[in-house]
Amino acid sequence: MSAVGVPMMVRLPAWRARFTLVVLLAAFLVLGARSVYLQSMNTSFLQGKGEARYSRVLEVPATRGRVVDRNGEALAISTPVKSVWAIPEDVNATAPQLKSLAALLSIDARELDRKISEAEREFVYLKRQIAPETAARIAGLGIPGIHQQSEFRRYYPGGETMAHVIGFTGVDDVGQEGIELAQQAVLAGVAGSRRVIKDRLGRIVEDVESIRAAQDGRDLVLSIDSKIQNLAFGALKSAVETHKAKAGAIVVLDVRSGEVLALANLPTYNPNNRARLTGAQLRNRVMTDSFEPGSTLKPFTVGLAIETGRLTPESTIQTAPGTLTIGSYTIHDAHAGAAMSVAQVIQKSSNVGAAKIALAMPREEMYDLFKRVGFGAAPRLGFPGEASGRLREAKTWRPVEQATMAYGHGISVSLIQLARAYTVFARDGELAPLSLVRTGAPAAGTRVFSPEVARALRAMLEAAVQPGGTAPRARVVGWRVGGKTGTAHKQENGAYAAHKYVSSFVGFAPVSEPRLVIAVMLDEPSAGQYYGGQVAAPVFSQVMQGALRLLGAPHDAPLAPIELPGEGDEVKENT
Amino acid sequence: MAKLNLLLLLVLIVCALGLVTSRHESRKLFTELEREQERARALEIEFGQLQLEAGTWGLHSRVEKIATGALGMRAPDPRRVRMVEVKGEPRR
Repeated sequence: MSAVGVPMMVRLPAWRARFTLVVLLAAFLVLGARSVYLQSMNTSFLQGKGEARYSRVLEVPATRGRVVDRNGEALAISTPVKSVWAIPEDVNATAPQLKSLAALLSIDARELDRKISEAEREFVYLKRQIAPETAARIAGLGIPGIHQQSEFRRYYPGGETMAHVIGFTGVDDVGQEGIELAQQAVLAGVAGSRRVIKDRLGRIVEDVESIRAAQDGRDLVLSIDSKIQNLAFGALKSAVETHKAKAGAIVVLDVRSGEVLALANLPTYNPNNRARLTGAQLRNRVMTDSFEPGSTLKPFTVGLAIETGRLTPESTIQTAPGTLTIGSYTIHDAHAGAAMSVAQVIQKSSNVGAAKIALAMPREEMYDLFKRVGFGAAPRLGFPGEASGRLREAKTWRPVEQATMAYGHGISVSLIQLARAYTVFARDGELAPLSLVRTGAPAAGTRVFSPEVARALRAMLEAAVQPGGTAPRARVVGWRVGGKTGTAHKQENGAYAAHKYVSSFVGFAPVSEPRLVIAVMLDEPSAGQYYGGQVAAPVFSQVMQGALRLLGAPHDAPLAPIELPGEGDEVKENT
Repeated sequence: MAKLNLLLLLVLIVCALGLVTSRHESRKLFTELEREQERARALEIEFGQLQLEAGTWGLHSRVEKIATGALGMRAPDPRRVRMVEVKGEPRR
C-alpha cells in the first residue's frame, strides 16, 4: 500500500481488458448465432406462431342444390335457419327473460327450465331449425350461456302431392328418401375452408389461401310437370276416397321422351312436417310394390302371337264354354263367350282366349318377350328400393302357369314397369327408356314389336274402351284413347284372397299419335265396386283429359259428349 | 457520388411509401369485395326464400280452390274450345 493522498498510476493487468473484450464479443456471437438460428432454421415455426395471431381459418358453407320441376317451379329449396343451444352451467337469466325465451322458442316454460337446469350436461339443444328472425330476437335477449348455430333446412312447397317423388332430407341435410336420396351425390354440396387475415376490427383484409373451395350442390331439373302431378294426385285422391281403397298409385309417362311427368301415391305424408310417419305413408307404391297385373298383360301375349305370325287380328279363337281346364286347374271367363276374334279377346278381356293363345306358343318366347318389355328387372331410375317384380325362368313354367301368365297371374310387376311396357304400343313397337330428370328430347327406344303389330294392338286397345269393351269410362272428350283394365285377386299367404282386389288401368292417348301413357292402380277398393273399368278407368280418363289439354295436344276425335253405358251394360273381366 | 446516393435514397423512400399505400388500398378493396360477396350470398338466400314463398302462394291446389270457390271459374266444356294452329310454327 502506498501513502494516502498521493495519486498513483495503477496498472491493471492487461488480461482483464482482453477478457472483457472477449466476453463482449462472445455475447455478440451468441446474439448473432441466435438470430441466424431464428431466421434460418426455425423460421417456419415462428411465422406460424405469428400468423396464428392474425390469420383465421373460416368455414365456407355450401348449400344443397335446388330441385325444380320441368317448368322451373321450386320443389325443394334449402334456406338457412338457426339452432339454439345452451351450456346449462353458464345460463344466468332472470325469470321474465326465461319466460320470453320460452315464448320465442314456443316451448313450455317448465320444459325449458328442465333443460337448462341439467347441470351434468355441457351442451343441450333448446330447439333446432328456427326462423332467422326469431333467432335474432332470441339473441336480442342477451342471455349468457345461450348460443346459436347456423344450419340449413329444406322446404318442400309441393307438400304431400310431391312427397314420394322428392322424398326428404334428415336434420343433417342428407337425403333419406326419394330423389333426395337417389341424387344425393349431385345435390349435396361440399363445405370448403379458407385462411384469411383479419384486422383489429375483425374485418377480413386479405385472403391468404383457399384450403378447400366450397362446392355448392347442383340444381336438379326433374321431368315432373307439377300441373299434371297435381291433377293426377287430385284424381287419385278422390278415387281412393270414393272407393274406400287401402292405397292407390298413378304414374304418367311422356311417350316420346320416356320422361316421368307425374308419379303419385296414397297414402302420403307432408315432407315439411314428418312427425309420426308410418311405413305405409312412406311407401312409393309405383316403384317399390309389385303386384299381379291381371288382364293388362293380355295385349303382350296377343302381340307376340301376331308378331310371330301365328295369328292375325281377325283369327278366331273358340272360347266357349267359357272355361278351360288344364290339369287340375280351371280358367274361367266372367262372360262365357263363343268364337271370338283376337281383337275381341282383348276387348272383352277373355281369360280363356288369352290362355289358348299363350299355349300355342313356346314358353321361352313368352319369357323372352316379358324380359324385353322390362319385366323381372328393376327399371333402374336410380330410385331407392325399385322393385324388379317376379318373373320366373321359362324352364320352370308348367303349362297352367304359362296359361295364367297370359292374363297376368303368376307374374308380378310394379306399376312403373307396367306403364313403361305400354310405351311399346304407344311408340309403334319401341320400348322407351325412363327418366326422372328432364331430357326434353325424344329418346331412342328398343324395338319389341314391328310398327304394324303395335298399330294393330292400339286399335284393339281402343276397342276395349268403346261400349262393348271393359272400360268405356276411360274415354275422354276430344281424343281417342286406348287401354286395358286389370282386376286381380290379391295374394295373401300364398293363396288368392276372395274379396280383395287390385284394380288397375293402363292406357295411352291420343291413339292417332300417342303422347302419354298413364297407369292407375287402386289397392283393395272396398266400397262395392272393384272392377278396373269402374274404379281405375275414370281416374285415367280424368287425368288424361286434363293432361292432354295442358300439353295442347291436337284433337283426333269429335268433341261429342261421351255416353256412359247404363249399369250392367259393361263387360266385366275377372282378372 | 453522394448526390446519386441521396437521390436513390429519395426514390427508395417514395417507393416504400407507395408500397404501403397500395397495400392499404388493396386491403380496403378486399374488404369491400368481401362485403359484396356477403351481400351476394344474402341475396341468393333471399331469392331462395322468395321462390319458396312464390311456390307456396302459387300451389296448384290453392289456385284451383280460389278459382273455383272465390272466383266461380271452371274448366270450359271441351266442345267450346277451339284449337288454333299458328302458321309457321311446327305442330308440337
